[in-house]
Amino acid sequence: MKITVKVNGLACERDVEPRTLLAYFLREECGLTGTHIGCDTSSCGCCVVVMDGDRAVKSCTMFAVQADRHEILTVEGLASGGTLHPLQQGFWDQHGLQCGYCTPGMLMASYALLKHNPKPSETDIREGLAGNLCRCTGYQNIVKAVQQAAQTPVGAGR
Amino acid sequence: MIPAAFEFLRAHSPDEAFAHLQKHGADARVLAGGHSLIPAMRFRLARPAVLVDINGIVDLGYVRMDAQALAVGAIARDSAIERAAWIGDRRWSLLRDVSRVVADPIVRQTGTVVGSLCHNDPAGDWTATALAARGHVVIRGKSGPRTVGIDDFLIDSYTTAVSEGEMALEARFPVPDDRTAGSYQKVERKVGDFATAAAAVQLSLKDDGTIRSAGVALSAAGACAVRVDEAERLLTGQKPTAELIRAASAAAEQRSAPQADLRGSVEYKKHLAGVLVGRGLRQALARLGVQL
Repeated sequence: MKITVKVNGLACERDVEPRTLLAYFLREECGLTGTHIGCDTSSCGCCVVVMDGDRAVKSCTMFAVQADRHEILTVEGLASGGTLHPLQQGFWDQHGLQCGYCTPGMLMASYALLKHNPKPSETDIREGLAGNLCRCTGYQNIVKAVQQAAQTPVGAGR
Repeated sequence: MIPAAFEFLRAHSPDEAFAHLQKHGADARVLAGGHSLIPAMRFRLARPAVLVDINGIVDLGYVRMDAQALAVGAIARDSAIERAAWIGDRRWSLLRDVSRVVADPIVRQTGTVVGSLCHNDPAGDWTATALAARGHVVIRGKSGPRTVGIDDFLIDSYTTAVSEGEMALEARFPVPDDRTAGSYQKVERKVGDFATAAAAVQLSLKDDGTIRSAGVALSAAGACAVRVDEAERLLTGQKPTAELIRAASAAAEQRSAPQADLRGSVEYKKHLAGVLVGRGLRQALARLGVQL
């Protein structure tokens, strides 16, 4: 089935089997391996990407054909021109990761969260990231990282 | 874990979806949010030959209220309930509660109310909610749409009144009268896990403070969500007291028929069902200004 997905601003046209999951499409067809696959069943959030600008989706539980003619933002699309996105900078500064496996999903879920709620409380952040699991950090520094990013003025890379 | 191959058909109108479903019968499944169906396909627990994607039918994305009922279209997301303008109204407190604990916040942006009812998972949240709120489902069949009460809709695990070639168009929840409140109580090991046990409760009071009507239902307590008739019977017409709540809780514990699994033993889950009904009744009453 022929589909065209705009991934990080670039049109990606491929002929895929309908059963191809979006996560595998991004990794294997688009070569964007920043989107990780953890649990494969929408529990862990490692595979979260942003669809159409502000909607976080678990790409392991969506078929690539469902993204036809939609826009997808992956972790590779966050930084611009070598400058880290404020969320990435926040995770760097606040040590919001250890092994890094959950980080792309955390970043993309946080990105969508800030789109809907530019000034989230700590509770908003914890509730908003409840669908993303991290087995290293205990979440404390992830929350701090998102709080740091939320202090960056909207427009300054957000 | 990759699903078995299938044919993917996009529907742009309810008529088109219905025509696809009529043509392919038992081989076809409707794809709405997909957050139950796609994992089932990945585990090869479901192997539909045809998927009819209804996500492009924008006309079915509504959540609207009239004087009689709240109507939720087939592709309205769980998050649309959570964010509805009226969700803070205490009459809808059962729906407010449940809309915040279904799966996780990201899944709620894709998962649908109607899809969850149609999936009829033994531990579903919307099924128990619809029982307590006395909801209905509108099904498009060969002879046109028909409205089925939730008790007749939920047949068995993963089985509903939606027959081969049919599709569910809408879930309906009657608008409760003013002195109504509810509560959804769920114990889960972590956000997004299936409930260890859950209870949905909705109560309406008369002016004299007695209970006009009661909805009490359990999830993760049997083959599919179950109405606790005995608790409803005990509550209706009575003045709420601590003893009455204890009796309703005991009826729920009695009615619960869970299976033992990693989440707990049968004994534990039955006990929990009773406790959660008690908590739900107390919270619903507190929301109506009755402290016990």
